[in-house]
Amino acid sequence: MATLEIRDLHVTVEADNATKEILKGVDLTVKQGETHAIMGPNGSGKSTLAYSLAGHPKYTITGGTVLLDGEDVLEMSVDERARAGLFLAMQYPVEVPGVSVSNFLRTSATAIRGEAPKLRTWVKEVKEAMQRLNMDPSFAERNVNEGFSGGEKKRHEILQLELLKPKVAILDETDSGLDVDALRVVSEGVNRVRETGEVGTLLITHYTRILRYIKPDFVHVFSAGRIVESGGAELADKLENEGYEAYTKGGVSA
Amino acid sequence: MAEAQNIPVGSTTAGQIAVAAESTVATRMSAPPSFDVADFPVPHGREEEWRFTPLERLRGLHDGTAAATGDGLKVDVQAPEGVTVETVGRDDARLGKAGTPVDRVAAQAYSAFEKAGVITVPKETVLTEPIRIAVHGEGGTAFAHQVIELGAFAEAVVVIDHTGDAVLAANVDYILGDGAKLTVVSVQDWDDKAVHVAQHNALVGRDASFKSVVVTFGGDVVRLHPRVQYAGTGGEAELFGLYFTDAGQHQEHRLLVDHNTPHCKSNVVYKGALQGEGAHAVWIGDVLIEAKAEGTDTYEMNRNLVLTDGARVDSVPNLEIETGEIVGAGHASATGRFDDEQLFYLMARGIPAEEARRLVVRGFFAELVQQIGLDDIEERLLEKIDEELEASV
Repeated sequence: MATLEIRDLHVTVEADNATKEILKGVDLTVKQGETHAIMGPNGSGKSTLAYSLAGHPKYTITGGTVLLDGEDVLEMSVDERARAGLFLAMQYPVEVPGVSVSNFLRTSATAIRGEAPKLRTWVKEVKEAMQRLNMDPSFAERNVNEGFSGGEKKRHEILQLELLKPKVAILDETDSGLDVDALRVVSEGVNRVRETGEVGTLLITHYTRILRYIKPDFVHVFSAGRIVESGGAELADKLENEGYEAYTKGGVSA
Repeated sequence: MAEAQNIPVGSTTAGQIAVAAESTVATRMSAPPSFDVADFPVPHGREEEWRFTPLERLRGLHDGTAAATGDGLKVDVQAPEGVTVETVGRDDARLGKAGTPVDRVAAQAYSAFEKAGVITVPKETVLTEPIRIAVHGEGGTAFAHQVIELGAFAEAVVVIDHTGDAVLAANVDYILGDGAKLTVVSVQDWDDKAVHVAQHNALVGRDASFKSVVVTFGGDVVRLHPRVQYAGTGGEAELFGLYFTDAGQHQEHRLLVDHNTPHCKSNVVYKGALQGEGAHAVWIGDVLIEAKAEGTDTYEMNRNLVLTDGARVDSVPNLEIETGEIVGAGHASATGRFDDEQLFYLMARGIPAEEARRLVVRGFFAELVQQIGLDDIEERLLEKIDEELEASV
């Protein structure tokens, strides 16, 4: 069973000619089939965790370990991590000029699966996945994220999640900027992948709204670069009612 | 790619639509067109037409110090049956009919060539195989003139390949009879040291179609000047260009479409990718719609993709309209860059860095390559683009 183990992870970033520590010792284990929600106020380091796991060059790992099924993730390049089974659905997916969605998806699937998918079944697979996400077929001919609305970008991320079938999926604020309809479509997509039981999900969010659609097994409160409280789904209800105030005032500097 | 977004440091994207009583395209040249090199002052580099060009790398083509070296250039022509291939002297009446040199190097070429090539496709002859002209530089300096003339309703594809090392100044004339169809593919696949400066003059007959595909990969300095004029109404010109500018290379494409005749069309699409320190691409797109050219339909576009730091693009579209009675006129220029965030996004989907770059560049050129409409050329171009990418990483 696939397991992602994060131990005492410390991460810094260079900003304004100074080195700033963003993650200050994160411990978390995500197993296949589990869904963990990471919730926290803005600036607590949630997205840094997501991008550090994916290997974004902006972030420097200064301490700790990340293992995926015992393999050292931090030693891997960005593409190796993806091929090892890590997937990051980005909060702000970038435009890639000149590359169509269909070409992108096929190239990506070929890289992840280690061989080009058979064209006939692949076309069908993509078409059906797009239908489930209420995406128009013409979408495949557009350039990656170019001119996409906020909702289209997120659907496109979840489309990739469905097609690439990672071991561990990190969803970085996939709910932000979505209206209720888009949120439901996107959440259904995530749930389809979760229901296979094959993926461990790390759901990073600022709001509890998405948790009405995607029920987490564990909820972690993130503040000032580390997990300050962990619990079950009921912790989300508490956050819904009380907000992050208790964590940003007391728990942080302690 | 969004218009004029993501403009990298060191690039300029300027454009203008001028409504003028007198052509600024003509007036901003330092001298009127002439076949005689003596009519042009030696450029010093600040002239409008020379300001982007590294004169010191032209190996004397611009100041009269370059001298032809007997056998520095080999030209091999393969033509299907029915085509006449001749080598003629300077006094041949068919030379210089499609246009007059507009700058000093073109005039130098016209003043200095000894023999010219003339290829003629007789009227109503429709070729099924291309005419192939292989120009191979063997380290020498050469001045050349080539004429390709199609009679009325003739149809031909001409592929001109430039390889090897040379210092070459040339004029190429394309003369299209009424209703003729000519596609010319000019590939500049020179070695790294070559210098190539040429003016291409197309004279498009009534209801004739001219398609020019300019592909520049190699050379130290390549400066090409494709120009189009119309000899009758209903003419169409499509000018496509593709360049891949590597570290230290200067590749300059200056175009002029002179709508001097009513009811003609033109469409210009040039796309370039740049990579490496000192890579410099220049694109000047001049379109002039003269007062008498009612019913003109024209569009020009330049796109650049900057793959690394240290590369520079100067892209200047210029549309000049002297009559309002036209079907359409437009232009666009944009320079974007393939940046670290795009690379991260693709790699985060399992795609290795090199393949990610290849994906982006092939995608960028694909649309243009498809418009060329010649299968074997398309295939070759895509292969060549891959080669360029592999050589660089």
